[in-house]
Amino acid sequence: MKKNPDSKGHFGPYGGRYIPETLSRAAEELTRAYQEIKKDKKFQEELRYYLDTYAGRPSKLYEAKNLSAYFGRGRIFFKREDLCHTGSHKLNNALGQGLLAKRLGKTRIVAETGAGQHGVASATVACVLGLKCVVYMGVVDIARQALNVYKMKLLGAEVRPVHSGSKTLKDATNEAIRDWVTNVEDTHYLIGSVVGMHPYPMMVREFQSVIGRETRQQILKVVGRLPNYLLACVGGGSNAIGFFYAFLKDRNIRIIGVEAAGAGIQSSHHAASLTKGKPGILHGMKSYLLQDKDGQVQIAHSISAGLDYPSVGPEHSYLKDSGRVSYYPVTDRDALCGFELLTKLEGIMPALEPSHALGYLPKLMPKTKKNDIVIVCLSGRGDKDIDTVKQYLGAEK
Amino acid sequence: MKPMKTKNLLNGKISQAKKGKQKLFCVFLTLGYPNLVATERLILFCEKAGVDILELGFPFSDPLADGPTIQFSSEQALKKHVTIKDAFQVVRHVRQKGCRMPIVFFGYFNPIYAYGKKDFASDAKTAGFDGIIVPDLTPEEEKDFQADCRKKDLSQIFLVAPTTSDARASKIIHKSQGFVYYVSLRGVTGARKTVPSDLKGQLNQLRKMSRKPFLVGFGVSMPEQARDISKMSDGVIVGSAVIEHLKLGIRSAERFIEKMSQAVHRP
Repeated sequence: MKKNPDSKGHFGPYGGRYIPETLSRAAEELTRAYQEIKKDKKFQEELRYYLDTYAGRPSKLYEAKNLSAYFGRGRIFFKREDLCHTGSHKLNNALGQGLLAKRLGKTRIVAETGAGQHGVASATVACVLGLKCVVYMGVVDIARQALNVYKMKLLGAEVRPVHSGSKTLKDATNEAIRDWVTNVEDTHYLIGSVVGMHPYPMMVREFQSVIGRETRQQILKVVGRLPNYLLACVGGGSNAIGFFYAFLKDRNIRIIGVEAAGAGIQSSHHAASLTKGKPGILHGMKSYLLQDKDGQVQIAHSISAGLDYPSVGPEHSYLKDSGRVSYYPVTDRDALCGFELLTKLEGIMPALEPSHALGYLPKLMPKTKKNDIVIVCLSGRGDKDIDTVKQYLGAEK
Repeated sequence: MKPMKTKNLLNGKISQAKKGKQKLFCVFLTLGYPNLVATERLILFCEKAGVDILELGFPFSDPLADGPTIQFSSEQALKKHVTIKDAFQVVRHVRQKGCRMPIVFFGYFNPIYAYGKKDFASDAKTAGFDGIIVPDLTPEEEKDFQADCRKKDLSQIFLVAPTTSDARASKIIHKSQGFVYYVSLRGVTGARKTVPSDLKGQLNQLRKMSRKPFLVGFGVSMPEQARDISKMSDGVIVGSAVIEHLKLGIRSAERFIEKMSQAVHRP
C-alpha cells in the first residue's frame, strides 16, 4: 500500500486541504509542528504520561461471554474505550492536540461537538493544561446531550450554541472553523474526529491509533492470535480508524465500519454518507458527502448525536473504495436493540454511537464460526444518552 | 441570438483602469437574494452606477468563510432552490441586454464539483462569466479544474490573506489572473466600521511583488472607508454591506451602491 496520506494530505482522491486562504498558514504550521512532535521523544513521553496516568490507558480488552453465548457462534471481545477518563476515546486525541497547541504557543482552543464527548474531552484537556476553551454545539444537540453541556460548563469551558443550518455537528463545525479563521493567531482548532483539512485526518488518526496498537497486543496475549473481525461505528470515524489502523495490513481480518442509518437508508433521515453519499467537499476535505444533485449539503439524521454528520473522514472513503473496509448502515432502532442487549447481558451501558456497531452483531454473528474472534470497539459509555434511550424505548413500550 | 464573442471583459476593464489610473469598484451580490429577478435588475443597475466588476455569489449550504450576513442571504436564496444553471441564465440575460461589465462567479467548490468541473468552466464562459473566485480552493488543489478554466479564458482570482507568508503570497499572486483579492482582515466576511491599521503596510509589501491590481475585500462597508482603502490599493470589493442594504429593499441597496461608487471613483 502507498503511504497514506501523501504530503498534501490526500488519501487517494480524498482528503486534501480546501480552505480559506486565511487558514493556510495555520494548517501549514500545524503540519510542521506535528511532524516535529512525532519524532520528539520528550513530547511523546509527556503524551504517554497523560494517556497512562490521566486517561487511564491502556484501556481493557473484555471478553463478553454472555453475549457470545447469546449468539452461540464466535467469541466477542470489547475494547473498552468507555472506561477512559471522560467516558470515551475522545480524550486520546484531545490530549495529543492539547499538548501540541501548547507547543505552538496557543492559549485558546476551540472545538466542535455533537454528542458532547469531544467537547467534554476538550474542556477537560483545556482545564488540565491551562488553556481557554470554547466549544461550539448545535442547539439540537445541546437539548439532547444536556448532561455533557453541564459538564463542559463545570470544567470552565464556554459552550456557544449554534443556531444555523441543521443545528447539529455539521454547523457546529462551520462555526468552529469561522472562529479559528478569526482568532487564528492565538487559537488552535481542536478537531474531534478524522475529518477536516490536512493534517487533521492524519494527525487525529495517529493520536487515536493507540486503540488498535493496544488491542493487537492484548488479543495476542489473551488468545495468541489475531482476530477474524473488527467492528466499529463510524460518524467522522476517529474511533474506527484508531482501532483499525494497526490491523489494515492483516489482509485476513475482515474489518467492518457501521454508519448511522437513522430511520432507514431509503428514507431521507439518515447519516449514511458512505452508503448513500457521493464524493464532495465540506469542512476542508474531499470525502463521501450527503448532498443533493446541486451539491448543497444535506442534513444528516441519527438518534446518536455523535454520528449525526453528513460526511466522513477521507481515509474511510479511501478504505471503502479500495475494498479494505466494508461499511454497513444500522438504523436507530437496531442500535437501540444493541444498547439493550449489551446492557441486559453484560451490564454495560454503551453510548448510542457504539450501539450502532452492536446493532450489526445480529447480522454478523450467524456468519461466524465457533472459534472466530470478533472485537468491537466500545468507543464510549452511555450515561449521556440515558434520556434519549428512555424517550425512545418508553415511546415503544 | 448567438452568444457574443467570448472576450474576457475583465482583462479589458483592468487595462483600461490602469491606463486611466482609475480605482476599481467591485460589488458582490448573492444570486437569488431576494430573488432572481432582483439579482438581474441589480446587475444592470450596477453597470449604470459605475461598478467596475460584479462578483455574483453562488449560495452554498455551508459558507464557512462567510459571516452572518452572507450566510443569511445564502440561506434565503437556497430556500428558493437556486442552482448553477440559474447563475448562467441570469448572466446570459444581462449579456443579451447589453451588459458589458465584467462578471465573476464567486462560489464554494462543492456545487461546482457536483455540476462537473469541466462542464462548469465551459458553460460559465459561454454564459458570459469572465472570471471565477472559489474561496475554499487554494492553488494547490484541483489543478485540472484550474487548467480547464485557463483553457476557457475564465480568469481565476485567488485570495491573499494577512496571514499569508511572503513566499506563499508571491506564488499566489503569480497564479491569480486579472486581479488579486486581498482579504483585509482575519475572520469571516461582514461589515466592519474601521480600516485595519496594518493594511497599508501589508499592501505596500505585496504591491512590490506584482503590477497586478490588488482589490481589498472583507469588511468594507462605508464610503469614507472605501475611499481610504482605495487610496492604498487598486480598489475595493463590497459584499456584506450591500446585502445589509438589500435587506431593507432594492432601492436602499441601489442608493448605497451609487454612493460607494462615487467614493471610490471620485476621491
